[in-house]
Amino acid sequence: MIELQDIWKTYADGTHALRGVSVLIERNEFVYLVGPSGAGKSTFMKLIYREEIPTKGQISVNGFNIGKLKPRKIPYVRRNIGVIFQDYRLLPKLTVYENIAFAMEVIEAPKRIIKKRTMEVLELVGLRGKHASLPQQLSGGEQQRVAIARAIVNNPSVIVADEPTGNLDPETSWGIMNLLEEINFRGTTIVMATHNKEIVNTLRKRVIAIENGTIVRDEARGEYGYEN
Amino acid sequence: MKISTVLRHLREGIKNVVRNGWMTFASVSSIVISLFILGVFLLLALNVNNLADQIESQVQIRVYLQLGTPEAKVNELKNAIGNIPEVKKVVFVSKEQGLKDLRTSIGADGSELLEGYDDTNNPLPDSFTVDVFDPQNIAYAAKKIDAIGSADASKPISSVKYGKGTVETLFRVTNAVRNIGLVVVIGLAVTAMFLISNTIKMTILARRREIGIMKLVGATNNFIRWPFFIEGALIGVMGSVITTVLLLFGYSELVQASQFELGLMMIKLVTLRDAGLTVSAVTLALGTLIGIWGSTLSVRKYLKV
Ligand SMILES: Nc1ncnc2c1ncn2[C@@H]1O[C@H](COP(=O)(O)OP(=O)(O)OP(=O)(O)O)[C@@H](O)[C@H]1O
Ligand SMILES: [Mg+2]
Repeated sequence: MIELQDIWKTYADGTHALRGVSVLIERNEFVYLVGPSGAGKSTFMKLIYREEIPTKGQISVNGFNIGKLKPRKIPYVRRNIGVIFQDYRLLPKLTVYENIAFAMEVIEAPKRIIKKRTMEVLELVGLRGKHASLPQQLSGGEQQRVAIARAIVNNPSVIVADEPTGNLDPETSWGIMNLLEEINFRGTTIVMATHNKEIVNTLRKRVIAIENGTIVRDEARGEYGYEN
Repeated sequence: MKISTVLRHLREGIKNVVRNGWMTFASVSSIVISLFILGVFLLLALNVNNLADQIESQVQIRVYLQLGTPEAKVNELKNAIGNIPEVKKVVFVSKEQGLKDLRTSIGADGSELLEGYDDTNNPLPDSFTVDVFDPQNIAYAAKKIDAIGSADASKPISSVKYGKGTVETLFRVTNAVRNIGLVVVIGLAVTAMFLISNTIKMTILARRREIGIMKLVGATNNFIRWPFFIEGALIGVMGSVITTVLLLFGYSELVQASQFELGLMMIKLVTLRDAGLTVSAVTLALGTLIGIWGSTLSVRKYLKV
């Protein structure tokens, strides 16, 4: 469960990214975050996995008060949140395999299981053949799929996906959406920021629309509502 | 921490040395250059020290006895002087021996000065040469010997000489040289530490983003720190081993090449064995410590994500 109560976020340079956002996302929900560029979608998500902390207001994820978390506890909370970053954030000197395995090494999984599970998710995102490549040797879409694989490899209870299909062709995009939907069916909460009108309007889920840092619309089985 | 995690950190630390090839190269080079300069000065300081020791150890006390001091008294005095704790060795120099020594030290040019003197007509008194354990205590020991003479009713000691004034100046010079050497070596060590840790800091700065990503994926600080620690230690060991090999090789060549020339001047360099131990210990310890210190300290800065 994710709960934001009257969240304000002002960046160091004075940009007001979020102004009074309150939202409740239940366990196992699938939520689209939509809105124009610069609306505050990424900021919303960064607050969930504590890359940023709110200037004002409370945020709780799985019962943890994220803003007041002791530094020592942060890693353990993050392990339950799989993040697909808008800019991928792959480790540049590690291979595709090592990048994904890293997330499992962190939780001290046995090597044998790391190997099995990593190859499994590589298969799921269709990158088995690229396991030994470095990120810089991959196309944007392939890097994005590595980021997806890393986010799901530990079966987190929440997946935060920042435009996970932003760099993918329609066919691969649908492959990824099917994957996310299946993960959601198995009990994972999914929060996904997207500009993909077709996906939002076809695979109908709850839609939260953000504009200028405030929620302007929140509908179960909503529509994209913007012209691309 | 699980054993498998320990092994993982070890593996990862070693891999990072290879993965960050150029940065490893930069860090190792900076260690080699700084420690090499430090090592050269350390060797210099060791030798200057050694030379000062050699010069100092040549200072002796000369104790002149009254003419005609009986043999029993001579032996008694010899024992008494030998019992002074600071005294290492007492050697009796008979007046005959004294004349011979004087002839040799004056040489052929001044031989006419001593013409007419021989064993039956010898103006010199009997004497002792006294070596002390620590040359810096020579004045103190001389005073004690003098006191032994004054305490004896027959006043058998006519004078105690140790180059008063000259010896003090010599010690002032040798002590100053030693202190300057120490200051230079310590100063260089500190400079080396900053130079090296700065290079390491810069190489880690370049990896700030990576550290941030690791944290966002849920890695604890320790999990991130360990491979860096191992990487830093490896870089330190590599750098200091290379430096030690260069220094020892260079020094052994120098000792061999200069043996003859310096031998003529009665100068003996510190042997490779004696210098090697100090130099290797200092370089290895300092290099490894700096490697670890530089990397752990810099990582800490970027862990607050
Ligand atoms: N680190 C930052 N420092 C200062 N301003 C920032 C920072 N990150 C984001 N912003 C600003 O905050 C606002 C919201 O940014 P955010 O990244 O949340 O938008 P977004 O909805 O994700 O946009 P997009 O659809 O383009 O990804 C923007 O005006 C942006 O310029
Ligand atoms: Mg964004």
